[in-house]
Amino acid sequence: MTPKERMAIPCQEMPEQDAVVRARNMKEVALGFTAEQAKIEASRCMQCPTKPCMTGCPVAINIPGFLAKAAEGDFDGALKIIKETSLLPAVCGRVCPQEKQCQKFCTMGKLMKNVDKAVAIGRVERYCADHGDAGEVVCAPKTGKRVAIVGSGPAGITCAADCAKAGHDVTLFEAFHKAGGVLVYGIPEFRLPKSIVQKEIDGLKKLGVKVETNYCVGRTRKVSDFLEKDGFDAVFVGTGAGLPKFMGLPGENLVGVFSANEYLTRANLMKAYLEGEAETPFWHGKKVAVLGGGNVAMDASRMALRLGAEKVYLIYRRSLEEMPARKEEVHHAKAEGVEFLMLQNAKEIHGDESGKVCGMTCLKYELGEPDASGRRSPVAIPGSEFELDVDTVVVAVGNASNPLIPATTEGLEVNKRGNIVVDEHNMTSIPGVFAGGDIVLGAATVILAMGEGRRAAAGITEYLKTK
Amino acid sequence: MNKIVAKEQLSENVFRMEVEAPLIAAERKAGQFVIVMIDEDKGERIPLTIADASKERGTITLIFQTVGASTLKMSHLEVGDSIAAILGPLGQPTHIMGRDGGKPGKVVCVGGGIGVAPMHPIAQALKAAGNDVTIIMGARNKGLFVMEKEMREIAGDKLILITDDGSSGRKGLVTEPLKELCEAGAVDEVIAIGPPIMMKFCALTTKPYGVKTTVSLNTIMIDGTGMCGGCRITVGDETKFVCVDGPEFDGHKVDWDQMLKRMAIFKPQEAAAKEHACNLYK
Repeated sequence: MTPKERMAIPCQEMPEQDAVVRARNMKEVALGFTAEQAKIEASRCMQCPTKPCMTGCPVAINIPGFLAKAAEGDFDGALKIIKETSLLPAVCGRVCPQEKQCQKFCTMGKLMKNVDKAVAIGRVERYCADHGDAGEVVCAPKTGKRVAIVGSGPAGITCAADCAKAGHDVTLFEAFHKAGGVLVYGIPEFRLPKSIVQKEIDGLKKLGVKVETNYCVGRTRKVSDFLEKDGFDAVFVGTGAGLPKFMGLPGENLVGVFSANEYLTRANLMKAYLEGEAETPFWHGKKVAVLGGGNVAMDASRMALRLGAEKVYLIYRRSLEEMPARKEEVHHAKAEGVEFLMLQNAKEIHGDESGKVCGMTCLKYELGEPDASGRRSPVAIPGSEFELDVDTVVVAVGNASNPLIPATTEGLEVNKRGNIVVDEHNMTSIPGVFAGGDIVLGAATVILAMGEGRRAAAGITEYLKTK
Repeated sequence: MNKIVAKEQLSENVFRMEVEAPLIAAERKAGQFVIVMIDEDKGERIPLTIADASKERGTITLIFQTVGASTLKMSHLEVGDSIAAILGPLGQPTHIMGRDGGKPGKVVCVGGGIGVAPMHPIAQALKAAGNDVTIIMGARNKGLFVMEKEMREIAGDKLILITDDGSSGRKGLVTEPLKELCEAGAVDEVIAIGPPIMMKFCALTTKPYGVKTTVSLNTIMIDGTGMCGGCRITVGDETKFVCVDGPEFDGHKVDWDQMLKRMAIFKPQEAAAKEHACNLYK
């Protein structure tokens, strides 16, 4: 096929639940391609010799390689190629911000002068992961070395899998009663079905990984106990960015103000959406303001709609352009009825005599000079205050690293933001203790965490050879 | 799964359970708590303080009152049954004067209702560190006292009992003997554990005397590891997370009114869930 012919192949639309219907249910919004669609979409790939898409992928998946297989309808072969470098394609196909990674560099998108018309790499990846079979994983002969993995989010899952494949005896520790980390407590069912995460955890168990839930490393046992008393040869810390940031607003501790973590954990992990069945209560606000512009803010605002809110405002102090959320989530949130209030921010939350939220004063903003992040910084417009009638406020302005492990692990070096400092093999200042994911990077993405887990596993295997 | 090895009903709504949890038993220190789940699928996560532990037996002792659906269900578990999940020990251990810094001195422990249970290991540690320990135990009536014998072993004749109705010890409120002790002088620290309203008034009582007053809070929590922020309170000018920064705080700095309102957030749902659970046992 000539490039011209490929350009003539129509972009495939991913089927999704109707916006009005889905805004009130928990089922997955995006339904995924059909086999035919996946083949057609994959055949739009130009097979550029320079493979620019790969430079945009944090784990450098051989994208043209797997797309070529998918275009032939060989989804098993495609999945095998993806799995050479990525452990969680069913997850990443759903949650990666492709328009800022692989698809941003896609030649097709460039030729069409529209990044939205790039090859839908993530969607084809998702199809391959959901329907392909990469075959049995073969583990290396047992090394007799024991590795403890702390935290069962994307970094931990990946590190555990790679360590098990390398022949180590792996135990995965999770503080919650269910493994999966942010994939189960944070990202909602309608965006990432929990059965997919469970499949990954079951896959780990098949590889011989032992999963210990209800185990808070740092409190139940310390990292040093693992190495000195419990017979582990190496430890990987992937405890994530689980410390919600608040804004320091007056009224932020009123009844009806939640961190997005709390709001989403109640709804997702604790199943508060199963009214009358789940014991964890939920705050059913009617007029909900969500503060923030990332994926978590999108998740929280869409969850609010699903749990009965009549009005949901998403308040972000920059403009749509600067919003860090995945494009598809922004699109979905808007279609479902979330009202986007851009270049605005909360100034003060008001409470009634019972301490419940009864309104919020906001300020309007304009964009000034670019700041350190390269984004134009928002500047408040003096005198632009206005009132918003809300009964619930969800703060989704990011997470700081969880300090529990650094605070309970003597000699573990952290930077001034509390992130664990690691070398190029992801080893920390303590020999044999590795770290990766958000606890190292600060709040980032699933795929970056996965890449870190993978690099750490390689580092652990190298380190254990010297022992 | 944590097997129940002993169970005892202490009063109408209060139970003591000894549960297998060897790692927690080995690590726990006075003042720490656990998060308990009765059902890992649809249950809730509730914080309970650790009343005692035995490293030898590998068990911890929980004393709880049936206030909601989960504690009610828990009260219907018997020896040989298991509690689905116990996470811990969580929170910062109590700072014991004379052991963790400072010289031993005169300490007054105020335990209200089942607040006496978490007070027990603290009072024990204070005594062991050489402090002069006075214990005030308060309850609505005689039948609601728990661990009186154990507390008497620690405080001897410095145990003051007080009930709302005078059915045991003095008639009145715990703040009355507390005020008298402060007035008599030379109290170095007060530790108060009990219903929030009691802790609030203990803090108000000691404030004019400038006596350091530590309180142990039991707010709403989910994870118990600092992840959700549901337990947050205002202490002085700062927001603190009870689960990781606490559970103990300077009672003079806690914004009590805000905390009480935050703790009441799910009252209607909790009442409905409890009623639903009650019906299960009818």
